[in-house]
Amino acid sequence: MSFFSFGQTAEIDIVLNDAETRKKVEHKTEDGKRDKYFLFYDGETVSGKVNVTLKNPGKRLEHQGIKIEFIGQIELYFDRGNHHEFVSLVKDLARPGEMAQSQTFDFEFTHVEKPYESYTGQNVKLRYFLRATISRRLNDICKEMDIVVHTLSTYPELNSSIKMEVGIEDCLHIEFEYNKSKYHLKDVIVGKIYFLLVRIKIKHMEIDIIKRETTGTGPNVYHENDTIAKYEIMDGAPVRGESIPIRLFLAGYEMTPTMRDINKKFSVRYYLNLVLIDEEERRYFKQQEITLWRKGDIVRKSMSHQAAIASQRFEGSASSEKALSQAKEEDD
Amino acid sequence: MSEATVADTRRLNSKPQDLTDAYGPPSNFLEIDVYDPQTIGVGRNRFTTYEVRMKESCVRRRYSDFEWLKNELERDSKIVVPPLPGKALKRQLPFRGDEGIFEESFIEERRAGLEQFINRIAGHPLAQNERCLHMFLQDESIDRNYIPGKVRQ
Repeated sequence: MSFFSFGQTAEIDIVLNDAETRKKVEHKTEDGKRDKYFLFYDGETVSGKVNVTLKNPGKRLEHQGIKIEFIGQIELYFDRGNHHEFVSLVKDLARPGEMAQSQTFDFEFTHVEKPYESYTGQNVKLRYFLRATISRRLNDICKEMDIVVHTLSTYPELNSSIKMEVGIEDCLHIEFEYNKSKYHLKDVIVGKIYFLLVRIKIKHMEIDIIKRETTGTGPNVYHENDTIAKYEIMDGAPVRGESIPIRLFLAGYEMTPTMRDINKKFSVRYYLNLVLIDEEERRYFKQQEITLWRKGDIVRKSMSHQAAIASQRFEGSASSEKALSQAKEEDD
Repeated sequence: MSEATVADTRRLNSKPQDLTDAYGPPSNFLEIDVYDPQTIGVGRNRFTTYEVRMKESCVRRRYSDFEWLKNELERDSKIVVPPLPGKALKRQLPFRGDEGIFEESFIEERRAGLEQFINRIAGHPLAQNERCLHMFLQDESIDRNYIPGKVRQ
């Protein structure tokens, strides 16, 4: 900011080349607001123009160089001064000199590596942004433009179900099962709770989704738990032999993919917490980690495959099973 | 053009429930009745006993027995022991207009409080295998010199 009425100042504007066609997504800011940003994936090129507009016509702008940077950084809220940059690219736009009139500079960061997903959390933030800087003797002129990066995965090869028997001796024994251990963000958790022994008076049962954000290392590890969802799956007292189904649609909840030890700075993990509550408000629970991943939007599945799955929904029959395997063969 | 896939939301297979399990009495059907208060003795040596009745057993206990159980559990088990109905010391002072602690309405109030107390304890998974509780509910009389501990099933 220029405090002198004489001298020259400028406004910087960064515009992407594919601003018209590129998708924008909503992303939460640190103060909880939701804003829209351009969406990028790993390996995509980031290119555009930097418009430098001189504010006072007729005067020249002296500068020590103009550059644009592409930065990916992790910021821990308890250590604000230190930004950990894991991607740092720079392109020089102009050598030190004078600008007589407003100018536009082209830039291109080709096939930029964006290894992690953008994340704004309770104690840590990972962001990617372009920063154009006009260096000057007294004060630089700067403009930042945030972008959002999503990391995509494909269906995992190994996705075993989670099946376990837990309980309190002579009191409560249950067997719980979830159909997968890895779920994508729009997936459905299908499972069941089977009661083997019930000697307490249960009032109801629910499934909670808990997000745990871990920051810091060694002795300074800090876990922040947040209950994202509470979903009642049973109301009333079950007896031995009863099986309670679970069908929990994840698309309704705001979640990110599981992030493990990102740049050795933080992790974001998700847990399913099965909670039983008895008539005296005592709580019995079992927590189980699940892996969340982000699926790409474009899916190539034939219509006949989809129809075959749909027909099998109502108690699988031999004919629809045949149709399903037939459709799978066509697909491959 | 992106197409949404149809999610597979079919229920997981489970064994059908045994009909005896489905229609039989539930295993958590443990109800303890505190019954039939009777005042024994004469004059200043009177005290009230209550019948503590379960499905298979029936014993007589007085208020101080309940107090003993509460102390044992507070010391040995990890549970937060529910409160007993009051000691009613005021009612034991002389020169009262009524029967004091042998007043019918007071005994009924105390009986209900003791019933609630014992049911809440017996329903707690961490108290269910305490020897003091088993002795309280099933033994003819309470042996105050017993060895505290857990009952192994």
